[in-house]
Amino acid sequence: MKRANLIAIACAGGVMAMTGAAFAAVPLYRMFCQVTGFDGTVKRAEAAPTVQLDETVLIRFDTNVRGLPMTFRAEQVSQRVRIGETGIALFDVTNTSDAPISAKAAYNVVPERAGPYFQKLQCFCFEEQILQPGQTVKFPVQYFVAPEMATDRESRGVSEITLSYTFYPTEGFEQVANGAAASGAAG
Amino acid sequence: MATAAQNLAHDHDGHHDHKPGFFTRWFLSTNHKDIGMLYLMFAIFTGLVGGALSGLIRWELAEPGIQLFREGSIIQHLGIVEASKHGYNVTVTAHALIMVFFVVMPATMGGFANYFTPIMIGAPDMAFPRMNNISFWMLFFAFVLLVISLFVDGGPGRGFGGGWTAYPPLSTMGHTGPSFDLAIFSLHMAGASSILGAINFITTIFNMRAPGMTLHRMPLFAWGVLITAFLLLLSLPVLAGAITMLLADRNFGTSFFAPAGGGDPVMYQHLFWFFGHPEVYIMILPGFGMISHIVSTFSKKPIFGYLAMAYAMVAIGFIGFIVWAHHMYTVGMTIELRAYFVAATMIIAVPTGVKIFSWIATMWGGSISFKTPMLWAMGFIFLFTVGGVTGVVLANAGIDYSLHDTYYVVAHFHYVLSLGAVFSIFAGFYYWFEKMFGVKYNEFLGALHFWIMFVGVNVIFFPQHFLGLQGMPRRYIDYPEAYTLWNNVSSIGYAITLVGVVVFLVMLLEAAVRRRKGVDNPWGEGATTLEWTLSSPPPHHQFNELPVVKRDEH
Repeated sequence: MKRANLIAIACAGGVMAMTGAAFAAVPLYRMFCQVTGFDGTVKRAEAAPTVQLDETVLIRFDTNVRGLPMTFRAEQVSQRVRIGETGIALFDVTNTSDAPISAKAAYNVVPERAGPYFQKLQCFCFEEQILQPGQTVKFPVQYFVAPEMATDRESRGVSEITLSYTFYPTEGFEQVANGAAASGAAG
Repeated sequence: MATAAQNLAHDHDGHHDHKPGFFTRWFLSTNHKDIGMLYLMFAIFTGLVGGALSGLIRWELAEPGIQLFREGSIIQHLGIVEASKHGYNVTVTAHALIMVFFVVMPATMGGFANYFTPIMIGAPDMAFPRMNNISFWMLFFAFVLLVISLFVDGGPGRGFGGGWTAYPPLSTMGHTGPSFDLAIFSLHMAGASSILGAINFITTIFNMRAPGMTLHRMPLFAWGVLITAFLLLLSLPVLAGAITMLLADRNFGTSFFAPAGGGDPVMYQHLFWFFGHPEVYIMILPGFGMISHIVSTFSKKPIFGYLAMAYAMVAIGFIGFIVWAHHMYTVGMTIELRAYFVAATMIIAVPTGVKIFSWIATMWGGSISFKTPMLWAMGFIFLFTVGGVTGVVLANAGIDYSLHDTYYVVAHFHYVLSLGAVFSIFAGFYYWFEKMFGVKYNEFLGALHFWIMFVGVNVIFFPQHFLGLQGMPRRYIDYPEAYTLWNNVSSIGYAITLVGVVVFLVMLLEAAVRRRKGVDNPWGEGATTLEWTLSSPPPHHQFNELPVVKRDEH
């Protein structure tokens, strides 16, 4: 092959690789956030910490629904927990339509710098949830604030953490489609 | 142009010996000089459009309150943008997109690079002449798409007003109309055009250098083009990916950047600036090359530190890829991450300093003649240094927290781009004017153009530093009365610059009417690169016998 064509093909390969890298950035970025707690991504933990500090943190709860016929609210506006203590918050979800829906919850905390230390033992947001028509479900969330938060120079002094959930439709599940999306947006 | 040379041009076609007619020559062109000329004409035209849009911005901001973008004003009669606050946002967005993608890039990488890279490395043409033609016409239609996007529904009103950065959610949920989809297609096309151009340049430079023209003997402008081509190749696909994701989020219900669906809008900013930061070097690196030649020519000395100059550009290109998050210090990064991006950003000042000081060292002890191109080149060095200094200020995350998205940033990037890149383009334009057109420009008009522009742009942008330090946010249509003085001065500066642009057009007209015949090398012994060995304008096909480059020839 001509040398010119080889160089051109190598360049085109570079373009393809960079395009691929741009799209690969999506899962990579998500993975990076989950591993490091970057940008307020909440971590999932296997065991509660053994140390409890005297300092307390006020945890606030925020609930949102996007494009689904459901109500979603937290039973408590906020909770005060000691750092290292395991707290339990309860959430009520009701399917207001007459068809089953499948939903998943996205979650995040602010301030972002508390992200690595706000960890969950149990959460409805780990898997997709299926709600039958008219069904109401009470979801518990077990969480704790890791004691390391008090020593990290980035996050020490944080006295309030807001945990936010948004339920959105799961892809590939036969939803009550458009009508449902409209009423969900209205509600 | 090149009428006498045209007859020779197509001799090699043999079987059908014809002179290319107007249509064939300019619309089906595969000649790098003709395509370069098309790019330059295109850039001058779009530059006038983009400049007119910035005139609307400065007119509106001349006084507090809303004068121009409201019912019953001249804007409504013109009908180009809506007479509303949204219309102002559309104007700002269109100004930025046009200036970045359709003025500076076509002028440097399209015009001068196409015209002079093959000549400077002693090649007969580009490696893929037809692809070169495709690049130009794709860019042309990209511009058409962008113009159409101004006239269709954007969501909040006619046109897209989400800024050239197009951050979601404003560009997804905030602009539901088809306007931004057209703008995305426009960017796709402009990007594809630049990528094809970049492949062409890399292949040409690696493969078609004249005998003896090693990479280390290659003129600095060709170095600038080569590095810019690599930056284009590696950064534009990322922009294409990011805006494709925006397109999918807008139209196909995905949620790459929608938090409600598990996406993250901050990721868009990362992707955008991974392209956006190299993009600013794409706009300036060919200019660096041109300035080196001009400074050397008019000081009658070889460029000081040739290899350091070449590798400074390589270093700038490389570091340009690892500093992107300094555009987004305020998104809530950890202090370690901010510390890294501050340090990496500051490091760019080192190779840039190497270049500035080498230009000054080239002038030092030289026999300097202040012809028009040299005036522009020295203006460039001064303005780029001012912009570089404010860049070092903004590189500090702590300071950027309060200056982010203020007019200080606007002043900074206009000093390096609007003034830096555009001054380098004018420097190159005057430097090669006689070579490209075969006629002389009027020295007085050229110098007048420079001085009026130099005063004008400084009066526009220097006061914007003060406005930014006082906390005036960018992209707003209105401001409190306290900001009146410097906004007013800035708008007066625009009027001065406008006079400069008129002088530029008069200069073009004068040269076209008087047609003083140009010589092969008007600059004398200082001009050592290969284009000065050819006639002015160069023959339609140059270097039928390849030039041989010897050791001491740059």
